[in-house]
Amino acid sequence: MLLITCPHCGTRDQSEFTYGGEAHISRPANSETMTDAQWAEFVFMRNNPKGVWAERWMHASGCRKWFNAVRDTSTDRFLAVYKIGEPRPNVTAAGLATPSGEPVIGSGNDAAKVMR
Amino acid sequence: MPTYSFLSLLREGFTGHKGWTPAWRFPDPKPAYDAVIIGGGGHGLATAYYLAKLHGMRNIAVIEKGWIGGGNAGRNTTIIRSNYLEDASAAIYEHALKLWEGLGRELNYNIMMSHRGVMNLAHDEGEARVLKRRTEANRLNGIDTEWLDAKQVKEFCPPINISAGSRFPVLGATLQRRGGVNRHDAVVWGYARAADVMGVDIIQNCEVTGIKVEAGVVTGISTSRGDIRTPKVASVAAGHTSIIANMVGVRLPIQSHPLQAWVSEPVKPLIPCVVMSNAVHAYVSQSDKGELVMGAGIDPHNSYTQRGGLDTIEHSLAALIELFPMFSRLRLLRQWGGIVDTCPDASPIITKTKVKGFYINAGWGTGGWKATPGSGHAFADLVARDEPNAIAAPFSVERFSSGALVAEHGAAAVAH
Repeated sequence: MLLITCPHCGTRDQSEFTYGGEAHISRPANSETMTDAQWAEFVFMRNNPKGVWAERWMHASGCRKWFNAVRDTSTDRFLAVYKIGEPRPNVTAAGLATPSGEPVIGSGNDAAKVMR
Repeated sequence: MPTYSFLSLLREGFTGHKGWTPAWRFPDPKPAYDAVIIGGGGHGLATAYYLAKLHGMRNIAVIEKGWIGGGNAGRNTTIIRSNYLEDASAAIYEHALKLWEGLGRELNYNIMMSHRGVMNLAHDEGEARVLKRRTEANRLNGIDTEWLDAKQVKEFCPPINISAGSRFPVLGATLQRRGGVNRHDAVVWGYARAADVMGVDIIQNCEVTGIKVEAGVVTGISTSRGDIRTPKVASVAAGHTSIIANMVGVRLPIQSHPLQAWVSEPVKPLIPCVVMSNAVHAYVSQSDKGELVMGAGIDPHNSYTQRGGLDTIEHSLAALIELFPMFSRLRLLRQWGGIVDTCPDASPIITKTKVKGFYINAGWGTGGWKATPGSGHAFADLVARDEPNAIAAPFSVERFSSGALVAEHGAAAVAH
């Protein structure tokens, strides 16, 4: 289970939180002139990186506030948490050696070991 | 290729099992192929097999970064069924189920297919209504789903707790008798062996590091074992699909999540069928070894780590123990996670892309195993002819722009 640090309440178990997917997606201002493809991009298309990405969490069993986090999806390590409205902090993680970041032998996910 | 049979087993038994040969070759990559399939799981190998068998494309390769069947093909709970709601889904999953029925014989490989029946439980009135509707939709599509009331559920699966005071009372269930389970490794190995015989190169421990595109047309790939020229690249990379698609700038609605499963210690036969429950995110069957094979819904967060949280397992196990009180004294042997490629409408993406010669088969999410033969069959057709057939057409990525989604969150049976 992930340990997540709510910027309002402190560090708690993941079971207290609800996930909100990718962060920083805002509703387009020109919605009346958008094409179907542009709507698809806003509604459905998402980044899905193996590595650093910004996501939303809600502290459902605590303060019930939404907040953002930057996490490395190849290791599950949290790199930053910040409140809604604040800009995404400029944090990075060691990049993966290859697109999958996994060792040549074996498909077990050893991304963390490769990076070490 | 030596044919596997009772006689060959008997002959080898009397000669010390010294005559068996490797079931497939371990070739080095050639400089060029007519098509390259990225991903040596069930779907990728099935695609290669049908490309070679039905479309005569034998100068092709399957590129696998680990070993074949080491990803989600080796991590799923092997449940086979076709009781999906929409016509488009019923078509592809039923196509797959029909292929499963003859696959062991076709591949000359014992895939241990067991049509023991799959039950989907209803725990409240709303769920019962939805499942009855799905039963009727299935029957209109010629799929053998029937509705069982609680007493019939108990008759079909005696260990289940149907008492009214249960935390998750069983009001009834759908039953697909042709559904069941099989052996995932055997399916992978069977397809690999049959494809290899027809000349397909299965290249393991080889990671794709880039895809070469010139003027919007695929010309080849780069791998950890050198460059390969090819006019067609077919991605069947499951949880890592977004990473492959990013190499050519194709946007997808896929999100990768961990999905966990686990097995108990082996016990004597006690559960005669597959039992699934949407409401409690749990499903269970018993393997031929005697282990109870159980699975959960996805972990909520995006991740590629192939591991999830204990709370997700606890949630499913707590419900399973309510449904099967006798499970409470079993110990668990092991648990694992795989990375599933979930789609917003819980249906797969089988599609051409804006890059000519680059095809994607992905988005199977939590339920890809059952579709393996049908998925490979339809995708091979798309790759060979550059046009989707009637089964693949509804699953184009264009549906997210047109709005013609194939919404299957109910029938997917595992929370996305």
